[in-house]
Amino acid sequence: MTFDPSTLFAIFFYGFAGLLVISAVRVITARNPVHAALFLVLAFFCASGLWMLLKAEFLSLALILVYVGAVMVLFIFVVMMLDLDLEHLRRDFRKYLPVAFLMGAVIVLELSIVIIRSFIGTNAPVQPMPEEIAANNTLALGRLIFVDYVYAFEVAGVILLVAIIAAVALTLRNRKDSKSQNIHEQVNVVAADRMRVVKMDSDMGAKQDNKGEKK
Amino acid sequence: MNITLAHYLVLAAILFATSVIGIFLNRKNVIVLLMAIELMLLSVNMNFIAFSHYLSDMAGQVFVFFILTVAAAEAAIGLAILVVLFRKVDTINADDLDHLKG
Repeated sequence: MTFDPSTLFAIFFYGFAGLLVISAVRVITARNPVHAALFLVLAFFCASGLWMLLKAEFLSLALILVYVGAVMVLFIFVVMMLDLDLEHLRRDFRKYLPVAFLMGAVIVLELSIVIIRSFIGTNAPVQPMPEEIAANNTLALGRLIFVDYVYAFEVAGVILLVAIIAAVALTLRNRKDSKSQNIHEQVNVVAADRMRVVKMDSDMGAKQDNKGEKK
Repeated sequence: MNITLAHYLVLAAILFATSVIGIFLNRKNVIVLLMAIELMLLSVNMNFIAFSHYLSDMAGQVFVFFILTVAAAEAAIGLAILVVLFRKVDTINADDLDHLKG
């Protein structure tokens, strides 16, 4: 039994798309945020498969590396670190169901008007990519990013730097119950801070010791 | 059966509508709100890549690259804010965050 390529393409498309929609629905309905995060990982895997079908290999792999490898691990880490009161958070879940479906219906209506009027049935022929671009997606994307869009690329780097600094600055805190160095004070110390000369009269007795110490 | 551009657009629209519904359903749970926003960005990226493929214009994929960057930064800062928030008020219920009302 052999498949022609377009049937195989359709089978993979419907498989990935179905799994993507199912896992997206589970993300928004899951009782436990950890489950929601894991279904989001599954959704990203399916989306990455769909992008692979569209011959966007670099972005498909970048989606797995960046999202599944970094962002979702961060999500799961935070979900597990916070001690959540799940019952309280989901108490009004059913109350919002009607308004949620109303908004969903509005979105579906708007998008379907646009899609049906402009794209369904037109069946525009696929313009094939030029051969040198189709052969090596990463090379073509790299050429575009590092030649045509190099300033935007540098701005993206700055955005990531800002994100790193902001995340560290937000969550860094000085704990009172643990000891740590204060380098600034250590470097700026002068001799007068280190040694203190206590004047004591030699003929005063032990009874006035406390007063002398207080300075 | 040929998979056309419209198939991908419909899929992205379904995904976007799902995440909008999710934002309304989980409006108390800030973590799930952030996840729904990630899903929305994913559906937008799906549109970009579908158009890029069917119109054979690589610029769409460059745009997806930048959206991924911004989304990663947004997730990192959002979760950092969430952690600080949880330390301060001991909840992530969006209804309890009404301090700015005065």
